[in-house]
Amino acid sequence: MNRREFLKKAGFAGMLAAAVSAGLTFPKKVWAAWNEQAFKAKKTPDALNKVYGTDSLTDSDKIFMQTPDIAENGAVVPITIQADLPNVESISLLVDENPTPLAAHYQIGKGLRPYVSTRIKMGKTSAVHAVVKADGQLMKATKEIKVTIGGCGG
Amino acid sequence: MSIRMRAKEQSGLVTVKALVKHPMETGQRKAKDGSLVPAHFIQQITAKANGEVVLEAQWSPAVSKNPYLAFQYDGKKGDTIEIAMIDNEGKTFDGKGKVK
Repeated sequence: MNRREFLKKAGFAGMLAAAVSAGLTFPKKVWAAWNEQAFKAKKTPDALNKVYGTDSLTDSDKIFMQTPDIAENGAVVPITIQADLPNVESISLLVDENPTPLAAHYQIGKGLRPYVSTRIKMGKTSAVHAVVKADGQLMKATKEIKVTIGGCGG
Repeated sequence: MSIRMRAKEQSGLVTVKALVKHPMETGQRKAKDGSLVPAHFIQQITAKANGEVVLEAQWSPAVSKNPYLAFQYDGKKGDTIEIAMIDNEGKTFDGKGKVK
């Protein structure tokens, strides 16, 4: 640890101590910044660039998406993403045809299986991408989901 | 807004299923009088098992109303699961449960 790092850490510890002594016995979680730029991006490549710094991905057959082929109700489309890959760091879910493609981004912690399940809204029929970062590599699986009734309030 | 959660262990693998009550407004839906309903959605979620962060999620308004989230981790019966969320209005809420 060099001097600069030490000072940074000491400063942070000091702040923490101040917060605790200020009566916050239950230390409130410090929320990381919501990636606004990525979530506001209007095109899939833009969103990928904002999250990962690149939009070049390799297709992988080790990523599995469990979705309906036809979603009767676009307001509730269940999507389960599973990756059969070691050292998964994050999983992102993108819907090409939604006003903002990036739907969800998951940071995988220690001990967590690369498995997440969520329900999302889809405005219309679209390609849906599951992007997985594992061992520093970016991979994706894509599936087309047909939507008969859009889920954006219509 | 509340979080309902169920966590079950089976041969070393814990599956956590959480259901949240939240409107998840996109900001694009129109009310009956034609005015836009302002966006109101969960932005971030943190899930902890025995105090250790296992999952951090960032959501867009594209996640469905009354969101459902499921994940799996290597754990055991009796583990404490804590889930905390914050929405775009800065409201936080959390839930706690034990693995069965």
